[in-house]
Amino acid sequence: MAETSLPLETTPAPGAGAGPRINGLVVGLACLALLVSVPFIAGALGDAFYVRVVTRIMIFAIMAISLDLVLGFGGMVCFGHAMFVGAAAYVVGIAGFHASSGDPLVLAGLQIPGSTNAFVVWPLAIATSALLALVFGAIALRTSGLYFIMITLAFAQMLYFVAVSAQTYGGVDGLTLDTVPTLGPIDTGNRQQLYWVVLVALVAVLLLCRRIVNSRFGLVLRASRFNETRLSAVGVAPYRYRLAAFVIAGAIAGVAGVLLASSQAFVSPADMSWLRSGELIVMVVLGGMATLYGPIIGAFFYLLAEFGLGHVTEHWQVVMGPLLVLVVLFGKGGLAGLVPAAWRGGAR
Amino acid sequence: MKLNSLIAATAAAAALLGGVAAQAQEQEVRIGLLTTLTGPLAPLGQHVRDGFNLAVEEAGGKLGGVTTKVVVEDDQLRPDVAVQLATKLAERDKIQILTGVIFSNVAMAALKPAVENKVFFISPNAGPSQLAGKQCSPWFYATAWQNDQPHEAMGAHLQASGVKKVYLVAPNYNAGKDAMRGFKGAYKGTIAGESYPSMNQLDFAAEISQIRAAKPDAVYVFLSGGMGVNFTKQYAQARLGAEIPMYSAFTIDAITLPAVGEAAVGTFQSNLWNADLKIPANEKFVAAFQKKYGYLPSNYAAQSYDTARLIGAALRLSGGKADDKKAFAAALRNAKFESVRGPFAFNSNNFPVGNFYLLETVKRAGGKVEQVTRKTILTNAKDNYFGDCNMAGL
Amino acid sequence: MSLFLEQLLNGLQFGMMLFLMASGLTLVVGIMNFINLAHGTLYMAGAFLAVTFQLLTGNYLLALGLGIAATALLGLLIEVLVAQPLYKRDHLDQVLCTFGIILFLNELARMIWGSAPLRMDVPKVLDGSVDIAGIGYPSYRLAIIAVSAAVAIGLHLVITRTRLGMLIRAGAADRTMIVGLGVNIQLLYALVFAAGAALAALAGILAAPIFTVQTGMGDHILILTLVVIVIGGIGSVHGALVAALLVGVIDTVGRVTLPAGFGNVLIYLLMAMILFWRPRGLFPAHG
Repeated sequence: MAETSLPLETTPAPGAGAGPRINGLVVGLACLALLVSVPFIAGALGDAFYVRVVTRIMIFAIMAISLDLVLGFGGMVCFGHAMFVGAAAYVVGIAGFHASSGDPLVLAGLQIPGSTNAFVVWPLAIATSALLALVFGAIALRTSGLYFIMITLAFAQMLYFVAVSAQTYGGVDGLTLDTVPTLGPIDTGNRQQLYWVVLVALVAVLLLCRRIVNSRFGLVLRASRFNETRLSAVGVAPYRYRLAAFVIAGAIAGVAGVLLASSQAFVSPADMSWLRSGELIVMVVLGGMATLYGPIIGAFFYLLAEFGLGHVTEHWQVVMGPLLVLVVLFGKGGLAGLVPAAWRGGAR
Repeated sequence: MKLNSLIAATAAAAALLGGVAAQAQEQEVRIGLLTTLTGPLAPLGQHVRDGFNLAVEEAGGKLGGVTTKVVVEDDQLRPDVAVQLATKLAERDKIQILTGVIFSNVAMAALKPAVENKVFFISPNAGPSQLAGKQCSPWFYATAWQNDQPHEAMGAHLQASGVKKVYLVAPNYNAGKDAMRGFKGAYKGTIAGESYPSMNQLDFAAEISQIRAAKPDAVYVFLSGGMGVNFTKQYAQARLGAEIPMYSAFTIDAITLPAVGEAAVGTFQSNLWNADLKIPANEKFVAAFQKKYGYLPSNYAAQSYDTARLIGAALRLSGGKADDKKAFAAALRNAKFESVRGPFAFNSNNFPVGNFYLLETVKRAGGKVEQVTRKTILTNAKDNYFGDCNMAGL
Repeated sequence: MSLFLEQLLNGLQFGMMLFLMASGLTLVVGIMNFINLAHGTLYMAGAFLAVTFQLLTGNYLLALGLGIAATALLGLLIEVLVAQPLYKRDHLDQVLCTFGIILFLNELARMIWGSAPLRMDVPKVLDGSVDIAGIGYPSYRLAIIAVSAAVAIGLHLVITRTRLGMLIRAGAADRTMIVGLGVNIQLLYALVFAAGAALAALAGILAAPIFTVQTGMGDHILILTLVVIVIGGIGSVHGALVAALLVGVIDTVGRVTLPAGFGNVLIYLLMAMILFWRPRGLFPAHG
């Protein structure tokens, strides 16, 4: 990886520099106000579809933020991040499937009934993602460089093919969710109600990540990205920190996964393919790595492309390709880099 | 910040478009054409789109006398994308009819948004067994076939021809398994072996070796797109075609034939349509299609063309009322039009009752390789699932 | 017994084609520390260009030669425009840029040649079968094995017996040292990149008569190639050969013996296991 000087000298220590942080707070609140107003604007226009679009963007933003934790801040190029999203989504899907059919899931001699109670299914799904991240991370983090990329890709492919082989749950065609979980009185199948749930989740994730990144834990993580030798010289072993970050990121990805299942009312192996992982990486990089708002911007623009560019020309990839190259070669810090540093908020 | 102005701009645009859409509802029929336009199977989507557009053009832009607006979307053969697009077509573009869907996994994914929004889903190709049977819906119509039927047809043909042992090859996903089950329903001889290669497999040397070792009398293949082309070429290179003739469905057609070439000569296919069918409507269609687009239509184009003409006939019958759901549904079921495939009628489960033909690939004197219709295998064939269908009302 | 032998031959042939792809890529990654995801599109470019040249000249050998040369030039173009600025950047930037090239070239191929698959015929002289232990094995596939083996021997000779080969081995083992030796690094890198492109093109052209020539045909083979070079050890051509044969045979035999679907997982499981035991692959060039 590239050799650059440690950012420790240049980053303001947590607590210091009230100026930049207040500006970041203002920008954050402005965006929040905008997001809060979307359902009302859409209602006034009679175009409820926009609520769905923004919900999807916010869910992808959560995925991208969780990836940014390991990729942007931790410097780990994980090509399998989508598997944590997909695994959680599938847990929700499978629970719903058994709830609809009435037959319980038979696993290791136990008869597990289906459920559409979010208080039961969601923690289970998120815990599954975290566990997968722990197991895969523990093995993968022993390697580095291209080997790390390849082994994360391999794990993602393995999980993908397991999903494809599961013909009961649709296999490669995917699984339609006839009923989506209810969070107490909230029906996540109702797009308005889901919107608020997702918005709250996004804000919570942002605050959590901000906390993590600015803590001592976050400091070590960011340091491990740039200069491992110096870190070891100070007596800190990066492996445990990286693994912890990996698991946290996996859990947050799991949150995105359960929300995705409700939003789509559909889950398929495509939600955990290496291509989806690649798209997440593009979102993080385009938006601006190692920033907290960057992934949100990246998700917004990438999904805009998903909906819009296809209309402009069916050959949009011939533009997207070189655009990507140019952004990587010349765009320092992605789209978020266009915003003055004082406004960016979060770390760095 | 950039984000703000972007959202403001899109909101403004939405306001404009929303206004326009609300106005035009009375005078037009809005049809969503959701098909596969990118990826290795894009040619099929192109045929579907072109066939549909030809029919609309022939009707002067007004199917059944009603101004027709077609919104084309690309599902990329991804069910997750299809869900988003079907939702968008139903909620933003306010379509009354959804069509164009080629693949069953896409169809199943797009069904929920369509039904929720009371959109008529008229599939020009995909005919999943669930929708023909237990999960039949008053909103879903298939105008081509139920997926198992071409396989059943070939199975019936091989059974009637006295072929004793057959080896089966199909892709490893639900549709592939369904297909072989359909074949085995009609074919009562011995199954010498079965291979289910995975979806992106390119090299079938291993499967061909297995076939050779099993010594069947015939091999029955269902492999679409590039998989089918690869298998056919490799099978020909292995020189097995003389002892073990190759029969197939969905594998060799007007789209894949140019890529396969002479390797397909001597093989047989079952299909609901062929360019040489001696039906007046068909002869006109093939000529018009070639004249407008410069290439030979496949059955996908023909099916899509028929779908558009069915919609036109239904609109005429219902007096142009695409928004009166009950009236339009009744019209769809009862509309009469000249199908390019031969006789056409809907069964009780909204799936078609039609003919299936045996095609042989031959090489002409000038060197051109084409498919020739040899005989009608099944006449007015119904699928096996309609008995399970308890069709609800709208 | 003869079925097993036939499947072994199939696996061998598949493995040899993977070797052609892997040998070029392992050198690019090993010597220049450059992750070139666009390697698969070079395979595709070779096939498309050869089909066009064959239509123009009607001669297979001419099409083969021109296709390889044209793709090598394309490789040089990519090296100068995209790879050179990226040598000093980290792997992620390289992955993203070369991924952008994949999008670009795939779509460009579709715009030029259309989305329907193209056909390339097996040269008439090879359009037959050879009797091996009672089976008629397609001559063309045997030819692929023979050509790939010849390339393998040629590469071995270049790498072990020539000065260029010595520089390649030294570069793979310790990049910074060869700069110190006063070698024209830019020329060496360009040469290795072009050679990698040529090898990928050869693989693509050999594959064209058996597989469809279609946009995106390089994507699937890219993943397998990455698996091979990781198993074999980055920077080692010998490792690539061993790994390619291993992957080819296991994939082929696995497909026909295991239940459907498991065959795909097998390769990745194999890679994960090998990496667990040997985190740098079987024969890493670096110490």
